[in-house]
Amino acid sequence: MKFKVRGIDTFASTGGRPFDKNKPLIIFVHGSGLSHMVWVLQTRYFAFRGYSVLAVDLPGHGLSSGESLKTIEEMGDWVGDVIGAVGCKEASLVGHSQGCLVTMECVAQHPEKIKTLTLMGGASAIPMNPELLQLAEESNPKAVDLMMDFAHGPAGHFGGHPVPGLYHLNVGSMIVQNKEIKDTLGVDFRACDNYKNGPEIAKKLDLPTLSILGAQDRMCRLKDGKILADYIKGSEVKIIEDCGHMMLLEEADQTLEILKKFIAEHYPLPN
Amino acid sequence: MDPKTYKFDTLSLHAGYQPSKNAGSRQVPIYQTTSYMFDDVDHAAALFNLERGGHIYSRMSNPTVQVLEERVCALEGGTAALATASGMSAIFLTIMTLCNAGDHMVVSSQLYGGTVNLFRLTLPKFGIKTTFVKPRDTEGFKKAIQPNTKGIFGELVGNPGNELMNMPEVSNIAKEAGIPLIIDSTYQTPYLCRPFEHGADLVVHSLTKWMSGNGSSMAGILVEGGTFDWMQNDKFPTMTEPYEGYHGLSFAEEFGPTAFTMMARAEGMRDMGPCLAPQNAWNILHGLETLSLRMEKHCSNALKMVEYLSNHESVAWVSHASAPGHPDKELAEKILPKGTGSMIAFGIKGGKEAGAAFINNVKLASHLANVGDARTLVIHPASATHSQMDEATLKFAGLSHDMIRLSVGLEDFEDIVNDFEDGFRAAKKPRLVANK
Ligand SMILES: Cc1ncc(COP(=O)(O)O)c(C=O)c1O
Repeated sequence: MKFKVRGIDTFASTGGRPFDKNKPLIIFVHGSGLSHMVWVLQTRYFAFRGYSVLAVDLPGHGLSSGESLKTIEEMGDWVGDVIGAVGCKEASLVGHSQGCLVTMECVAQHPEKIKTLTLMGGASAIPMNPELLQLAEESNPKAVDLMMDFAHGPAGHFGGHPVPGLYHLNVGSMIVQNKEIKDTLGVDFRACDNYKNGPEIAKKLDLPTLSILGAQDRMCRLKDGKILADYIKGSEVKIIEDCGHMMLLEEADQTLEILKKFIAEHYPLPN
Repeated sequence: MDPKTYKFDTLSLHAGYQPSKNAGSRQVPIYQTTSYMFDDVDHAAALFNLERGGHIYSRMSNPTVQVLEERVCALEGGTAALATASGMSAIFLTIMTLCNAGDHMVVSSQLYGGTVNLFRLTLPKFGIKTTFVKPRDTEGFKKAIQPNTKGIFGELVGNPGNELMNMPEVSNIAKEAGIPLIIDSTYQTPYLCRPFEHGADLVVHSLTKWMSGNGSSMAGILVEGGTFDWMQNDKFPTMTEPYEGYHGLSFAEEFGPTAFTMMARAEGMRDMGPCLAPQNAWNILHGLETLSLRMEKHCSNALKMVEYLSNHESVAWVSHASAPGHPDKELAEKILPKGTGSMIAFGIKGGKEAGAAFINNVKLASHLANVGDARTLVIHPASATHSQMDEATLKFAGLSHDMIRLSVGLEDFEDIVNDFEDGFRAAKKPRLVANK
């Protein structure tokens, strides 16, 4: 659905159900250069089970207008504004990769609005390889190829997409490449590289939190994901074996099962 | 720093399959089953509603067929693929997903005869009309576009005249018009050309041919490039507007670069059902393992054959994009640098009778209605593949009565030549041998 955030046309997938502000809201926040499309194997499930779902496209990404936001802090604040923009008061957040930094920032800035936090493929800092950062800022498609290589585990590199007929590496690549690389991926990578508040913010988080980590993640390594989870008071940690950074697609079923249990326990539907 | 993603030959052996998820079986298992167990009712509902991925019923998808889909997709550089029972059903499914009654297609006139019949005779029954344009008439593609045109369709190297369509330029015309370019790449395989790199949006194949190479099984496939923006205009409401069949799902919004394939499977496979048998998918996979090796030899044998035929006293003309003086040679070198394939057309001196005598007297070359087998194949199109066409259509399709179509195989080149010499000898005195 299209709606306005700060006066700018914003798109979010509602998971195939009409948006209803009276149902509990879950917001999904994508990673660098990506869009709502990465969440399709989680969003539709919750949307058809009583939740209202928004898989947002950050400004300048996917089907949203405007320019990409330049810092993780701004993105976090923007996600907080989305909640009010759709007439809601509170939400649970799910972030992937850069989206983990963004959702943590959102909690830090709008603690009263956020009920639970799920971090997939996260780390407390995401420093970028300088060469990769430069390629992305120059709109060089090689940046996307490198990103797809690092982001995928065995399911990506060999195959076996949960949706028959889809091929991981090229789906991800086209989501990024259908926008100007420097304006989305380039800006996002720079924002990640600049962001240093992660550890400090993570230590202050005080809400039910779940970390889902891929054992073979080469983008945000398992050990870095564990360090982040250790900073967060009482964080649950689930590790998916044989899985890279794109667990939400590579191991979509396992990811959904873990998320379902967490949401059911900490953010249940009203009776 | 370079990405360490697998390259073409590796993908042709490995893409789409992980032994660790299949009992360690090194070869792809044949999942000979119609249906798949649900964990519980919630799981079943989620699968039917496209909330999660997985198999329900083999008309829609099958794990063996899925490996083939991912493998071809990887080789083509596409985002998604859908395998079908034959090349024709892949083309039909593509057009039926793209068009509604009242729509129009712009189509290259030099196509496989069956495809010509589909566009000329069958699709009008569903209210879909076609304007044919000669493959070299690039401007003609532009002029033929109407407000209700939903796509441009063509074979890169036309069959059987070997005329090239200028894919990069025609793709620009399609882009300007906001419609997709669909290429039937059967003759090239991704080894010779990856149409997405030259502006195509959708690719179809008859996998019956070079992709399998073994001549054992019928199959086809639709591959999506993920490049086309269905939401750029209001020409594709079935892709962009809520689809009643799935609770108001918008395929373009939800699936973006894989929307067309998702739609073709969810609607086309569900309702038309031209599914590929897992055994046939396996047979094609077996052939794909050696795609590069075979295509290399197909092309080198074809080059030798062009030279041999060009210098033969019984041959009036030879058509192959590599042949000296072929009008599309320059374009071919640009978009088909590894070779222009193994289809050769030539004219035999002595016309129709000589042609018949040649065909009746070769023994190694097989006289049949297929192309792209590992074995050398010959046919006389005017009396076989294109025989349902009237005189005018034949001419428009670039055919003549003296034309012999040759699909060069992988045999030792000298053996093919020795066989052809027998054919040419008989063709010189057709009356003496015509009824042997
Ligand atoms: C270029 C081309 N496209 C499509 C087809 C149809 O494929 P199938 O015979 O697998 O249905 C053929 C068959 O000869 C072909 O040569």
